[in-house]
Amino acid sequence: MEFVRDQWYVAAYSAEVGRGLLGRTILGEPLVLYRTGGGQPVALADRCVHRHFPLSESRLAGDTIVCGYHGFTYGTDGRCVSVPGQQRIPRTARVAAYPVAEQDSFVWVWIGEPERADVSLIPRAPWLADDGYTTVCGMEPLAARYSLLVDNLMDLSHETYLHGGYIGTPEVADTPVSTEVDEDQGIIYVSRHMEDAACPPFYAKSTGITGRIVRWQDIEYRPPCLYLLHSRVAPTGVRPGPDGSDPAGFHIEVVYAITPSTEHSTYDFWAVARDFARDDQGVSGFLHDSNRTVVLQDVAALNILEQVVAAEPEGTQELSINIDTGGLAARRMLRQMAEGNPRIPVAVP
Amino acid sequence: MTSMLLGRTVNRIIWLPGTDRLLGTCHCGAVGEADDPVAMWDWLLAHPEHPERPERP
Repeated sequence: MEFVRDQWYVAAYSAEVGRGLLGRTILGEPLVLYRTGGGQPVALADRCVHRHFPLSESRLAGDTIVCGYHGFTYGTDGRCVSVPGQQRIPRTARVAAYPVAEQDSFVWVWIGEPERADVSLIPRAPWLADDGYTTVCGMEPLAARYSLLVDNLMDLSHETYLHGGYIGTPEVADTPVSTEVDEDQGIIYVSRHMEDAACPPFYAKSTGITGRIVRWQDIEYRPPCLYLLHSRVAPTGVRPGPDGSDPAGFHIEVVYAITPSTEHSTYDFWAVARDFARDDQGVSGFLHDSNRTVVLQDVAALNILEQVVAAEPEGTQELSINIDTGGLAARRMLRQMAEGNPRIPVAVP
Repeated sequence: MTSMLLGRTVNRIIWLPGTDRLLGTCHCGAVGEADDPVAMWDWLLAHPEHPERPERP
């Protein structure tokens, strides 16, 4: 599937971007990320204009990057401010500077026409920077195209088979889903509500629930980059109150940022935010390790699948069934966006 | 299921409990059934000219 340009993508966690140089390739474009002394994140093209040495392998001098090969020096706007041995700086001596913004613990970069960048279009994952939640997170590189990760996350029935013993139980694959697509806003929502399900270890050990559970999984995908899984568990029969309050429910917001790196690799950012046991380091460690294990199970499977898909002739037939209703909607929306129909959300009164 | 998305152009597909059937509701109010998600989406996205019934694959 083609890349979707003119969009915001997560390039890194805010905590990863500091007074060092971080190289990331996004939609095939090599970037170098760093933070100024004043705390502002910067994203520049990661190739010196001279002989294309990676700036991420160079060094910071104040807020400028000094190329580690011949010393070409770049400011935060990408303009070259010094070249070795001569006074005249060639007019074309500059690297691209990318629009960049920080929101919800992520550093987002705009890949596309810079004048179209609008920070109000960045989708939200507010739990990640909310004092009412405790978050564990990570990023795993995936040696597979991003569309395979989208397919994976849009159909959670695979939890039963790929993630048994962690988050999968028989009820996940056995429970029908409902799918909604907001065509104007560019949102795909897939709900799977299990009213009487086994409690997998991921939830049993973190919540302390020992019996069967109500388990709701509500996927909210905002293509191309941000995927939210609103997860609620509670002992069987315990539902939110009529006013929406839910003191007996356990809420986990699972956030993925799906950032294509190259045509055949992807950054799989994952975060798990919870509103219970917030100060319990044991629960934090358990959820971090468990979710990372689950992500690595996906990574192993998708890395294999990438090899298969890459070797297949174009247009090789697949079979889709009811569990794929949301995934098909995501594919269609991504295809439309890649073809130049970016979904700029419109205000709905 | 409670509707979660409240925009003006929301299409919905509900997997009817106890069956393999899908029930699609277009944002215009048209309703159709299918037993295959590809056919269901094709029917919904034919808006405003929904075929009388979704094509069977």
